[in-house]
Amino acid sequence: MHPCPGTPTPLHSTVTETHVITTSGLTKVYRSRGREVTALDGVDLHVREGEVYGVIGQSGAGKSSLIRCVNLLERPTSGTVTVAGQDLTALAGRGPRAGKELRRARSRIGMVFQHFNLLSSRTVQDNIELPLEILGKAGRARSLKALELLDLVGLADKAKAYPAQLSGGQKQRVGIARALAGDPKVLLSDEATSALDPETTRSILQLLRDLNRQLGLTVLLITHEMDVVKSICDSAALMEKGRIVESGTVSELLATPGSELAAALFPVSGERTGPDRTVLDVTFHGEAATQPVVSQLSRTYNIDISILGAAIDTVGGLQIGRMRIELPGRYEDNVVPIGFLREQGLQIDVVGREGEEPLLVKEGAK
Amino acid sequence: MTWSEMQPVLSQACWDTLYMVGWSTLISVVAGLPLGILLVLTDKGGLLQNVVVNKVIGQIVNIARSMPFIILMVALMTFTRWITGTTIGREAAIVPLAIGAIPFFARLVEMSVREVDGGLVEAVQSMGGSTWKVVRSVLVPEALPSLISGATTTIIALIGYSAMAGTVGAGGLGDVAVRYGYQRFETGMMWITVAILAVVISLLQLVGDFAARSLHRRTGRSGGLLLFRPLRGIFPGAVATEAVKKS
Repeated sequence: MHPCPGTPTPLHSTVTETHVITTSGLTKVYRSRGREVTALDGVDLHVREGEVYGVIGQSGAGKSSLIRCVNLLERPTSGTVTVAGQDLTALAGRGPRAGKELRRARSRIGMVFQHFNLLSSRTVQDNIELPLEILGKAGRARSLKALELLDLVGLADKAKAYPAQLSGGQKQRVGIARALAGDPKVLLSDEATSALDPETTRSILQLLRDLNRQLGLTVLLITHEMDVVKSICDSAALMEKGRIVESGTVSELLATPGSELAAALFPVSGERTGPDRTVLDVTFHGEAATQPVVSQLSRTYNIDISILGAAIDTVGGLQIGRMRIELPGRYEDNVVPIGFLREQGLQIDVVGREGEEPLLVKEGAK
Repeated sequence: MTWSEMQPVLSQACWDTLYMVGWSTLISVVAGLPLGILLVLTDKGGLLQNVVVNKVIGQIVNIARSMPFIILMVALMTFTRWITGTTIGREAAIVPLAIGAIPFFARLVEMSVREVDGGLVEAVQSMGGSTWKVVRSVLVPEALPSLISGATTTIIALIGYSAMAGTVGAGGLGDVAVRYGYQRFETGMMWITVAILAVVISLLQLVGDFAARSLHRRTGRSGGLLLFRPLRGIFPGAVATEAVKKS
């Protein structure tokens, strides 16, 4: 059975239905020299326990403000932030300074940064011990924990090195180890891979994925790279001008007709090769993707199918994606095969049919 | 004047200068460091943002900074007498020297601390660190090489000030240069004090630079041993092997 659109799909064992990060009506307005800039405009975000949640958007969309509001590095103008059942906005008080309660809550939220933000005056080990110092842990316990974490991120031999002696990827591993030192339930990742080359990006994402699985860590990440969402996120949200315009699990998004995120995650292109042909976008999500529907279609109706383009991926252990296929004959001739595909639980969008100049063509043609 | 006549005068003068500069440096570092940090913290967008405090401290620092030292010295005489009981001698000179140098060093501290990457502050805040923790583990250690350079500059400025203090009876090398070199036309004495000052200042600068740089080196920002740096231009291979080692 394929999952119905709208039903949250448990993607892997660590994801539960508990919301561990919730923002409601989050608004952030910056005032400078009498001008007001709205960075966040009523953002409602729900991150489930144990999932990797990606917020994607262009620069200036408000992603950074959003993630900074989650641990209140930025004070939201209005709205609430709840992390692990604790209303942080209530802890914050009125003044600009973080009180003891808020600081304690922050220490249970890990954060990694685009530019790593390691202290250059401290060794790798001392950097990882920093959050433990803040928690008031004793010296011996600190160094044991730091070494254990270094082992976890694969840098056991770098304990005594200074950050300047490490490569970008190694620095980010240290950053991740440091973020985990306080045994957080939640990890915030602020463009953690944006300063890294593609290969290093992959290895860091893999590490985040492993930590998410091994420790049941909930990860909220913001990024402007679609690949990041594609490779590790269970759920994603698209931000534009301070608002979340789309959100959901990856397969939910894919099942949403006209979803910009789905189109960007699984771009398909290809023009009709001639008149009297029907071009279909087939969206796979759930179990249907594992069945050889295309060859079944071909055999059952004895038609030749050409594949114009496809973007199929394994996301969260399930095959999902899109394929653009071309059938001979006009739409009217292909009603039955299309019905067959729909019966298989696939979502079918007919491309370029009169009357509906579809979004998909534009998206696909990019 | 023979060397045997000059020698005791000079060694006493050196000692007096050292005494004045040493104490006033200590006082101005102890007082200027927190003042400089406070200037950063209370500034707009700072951790302890407080426009009034910032403006008041900033104004005081500016006024004290722009005051010619010789006038400051005279203006502070009542205050000096209140503290040390006298306005003459090396102890008395320490008061205006320190008060002149505190705002000077505070501005240098402010500049150094401002250079510290705001992301580091944010990182410590995200771990739940207090403002005090931010100051102690980020602002001061990260700015340390630059703070040491600032302290060196302050010491050298204080040597200059201390020569002026010499003219109002504080003793020291400046006093010797004026009394012997200028008033008694002992040109030899004059040149010796000039030479001593030149050597002392060069040495201080050298030590200060070395200390600052070795801290930089430890943290790797300048990269590689100083000794090998010129070699890079000549042997690009040396850089390549280093890069391999890093990765």
